Amino acid sequence: MAENSSGTAAEFSAGTLKHHPKRYNNEEVRAAVYMIIPSLIGFGLFFFYPALRGLHMSFTDWDLLTEANFIGLENYRRLIGDQYFWNSLKVTFLYVLYNIPIQTVIGLGLAVFMNHMKSSTAFRGMILLPWFIPNVVIGLLWLLLLNPVVGPVNLLLEGMGFSRIQFLRLPATALPSIAAINIWRHMGYTALLFFAGLQTIPDSIYEAARIDGASPFQAFKKITIPLLKPVMTFVVITSVIGSFQIFDTVAVTTEGGPMRSTEVMIWFIFEHAFQRFNMGYGAAATVVLFLILVGFTVTYMKTTRGGESDLG
Amino acid sequence: MDVQVPEKSKGEKTAAQQKIRGYAISAAVAAVVFLVIMLPFYWMIRTSLTFPAAIFQSPRSILPPQWTLGNFMRVLGLVSAEEAVSLGGTGQALGFFQAFRNSMIVTVSITVAQVFFSACAAYAFARFSFPFRDALFSLYVSALMVPIIVTVIPNFAFINELGWVNTFQGIIAPFFFMTPLAVFFMRQFFVSINKELEESAYLDGAGRVKTAFRIVFPMSTPALLTCVIIVSTNTWNEYLWMLITGRNQSVRVLTVALGIFRQQTPQGAPDWGGLMAGTMLAAIPITVMFLLLGKHVVNSIGHTGFR
Repeated sequence: MAENSSGTAAEFSAGTLKHHPKRYNNEEVRAAVYMIIPSLIGFGLFFFYPALRGLHMSFTDWDLLTEANFIGLENYRRLIGDQYFWNSLKVTFLYVLYNIPIQTVIGLGLAVFMNHMKSSTAFRGMILLPWFIPNVVIGLLWLLLLNPVVGPVNLLLEGMGFSRIQFLRLPATALPSIAAINIWRHMGYTALLFFAGLQTIPDSIYEAARIDGASPFQAFKKITIPLLKPVMTFVVITSVIGSFQIFDTVAVTTEGGPMRSTEVMIWFIFEHAFQRFNMGYGAAATVVLFLILVGFTVTYMKTTRGGESDLG
Repeated sequence: MDVQVPEKSKGEKTAAQQKIRGYAISAAVAAVVFLVIMLPFYWMIRTSLTFPAAIFQSPRSILPPQWTLGNFMRVLGLVSAEEAVSLGGTGQALGFFQAFRNSMIVTVSITVAQVFFSACAAYAFARFSFPFRDALFSLYVSALMVPIIVTVIPNFAFINELGWVNTFQGIIAPFFFMTPLAVFFMRQFFVSINKELEESAYLDGAGRVKTAFRIVFPMSTPALLTCVIIVSTNTWNEYLWMLITGRNQSVRVLTVALGIFRQQTPQGAPDWGGLMAGTMLAAIPITVMFLLLGKHVVNSIGHTGFR
């Protein structure tokens, strides 16, 4: 083939693809254009353009009906002075803090457990099931399960001699309850990611550790954890980014209440943009959310050198 | 009797005992996980099949205390308002039949178009060299990191300007041509497959587009199927976008219908039977697909880490 070898998986994933001068094959370029154009239209209209427009919108005062006024950084200044915006930041951070460590530990535990099973396909399928069901359905289901009058969780508590808890109606328990619901929904998916990572660790390493007299716990600490680092990075970053965007569960269970104790950032944005039609103000809050996520990702990658595996 | 024999058998016994204990612990863990995952779903089924008043009268009953299919008939709108009241409902009109149909329309059109167009783009990114290819692909990939809410506000403004709020085209448009995830997923697959077949097709004089459609896509059915499962699940489950662009009954999808039902049901004594029948309707298609094709997905998670 006249075509040079650029674009192989290895080169691409290593990120070392160099632009050496090349001649393009006309037929190939034409074919590429045909095949890419639809996606390019979609990307341009619904991803690229709105990203820029959102940024622009955040510098305006716009109610969707009248002309937008350019007001510079005014929206951001208002956000800084808005105690409810700070509250939504606090609530979201707390939610992430409740959610991520527990979900990660349970996921890892389940993965190690499955790694010891002879055949885990059915088990893996089962623990993944909640992840496939709509958030709205899961939220409503747990609304019933945690209900103080007819909810089986409370009936169970009562049966064990405890008093009933109004899980989703008390400011102290509403947010942890929502975190628990989402841990339940996501633990299987997290476990499957870790499981795939565990399968790449060669048995021979554990064999060698066993011969050297390492206990299973030492092997886990000194072999499994370090070698899972790239998977851990992927899991932590994607699940933190996902958790910061929690909305559906809140929307069908607590609607931000009681007393704003579950008013997460997306709920705050949703209320401003789509219920009060302060489009510019909502857009400014999304920019802040985006910057927080970029900041988190960069910091995490730097401090853990998360992209690098210790294997090999 | 020989003294050594009992000793030896004793040693064997402890090893065997240890093995048995290991199995017992594994079985116990598996059982606990099974119960934690499946009991909530069981309760959903149990409640959806219970006569509404009985839900409050016998909340502890493991089996439905008073069996009925009335909840399903009510939420599907198969009975009149008076009949609905006699079945224990509020008489509130619940157009879940229409919502189910709307969810199907939206999910099928988005899935077919998005997977097809994304696979085409992915193939071009994987195999052809053309100007700005790498820059464009990096741009697509970077969009994976952008929270959905960032594009939701401007996209809503755009759909609104087109006069497409509360229309199917408005709900479908942003997901119709591509998502960065689908392109990324399919490209990773295409770069991993062997080029030889395609190259021999070129040598036989087949065009590049034709080769993709006639040879590459058919042999990529498993990956395309995984992509179909991911895209259709994500679409079926989507809430926020559907909520802001499609509240109107004529285009309302199931997740939105459920959210609205929940808001309208009385706070003190919610219509749990109706709610759970509604959630069942939203969960069943996904669960069926999962039972049929789940093995496929279970094995591809981790290799791709999609979503």
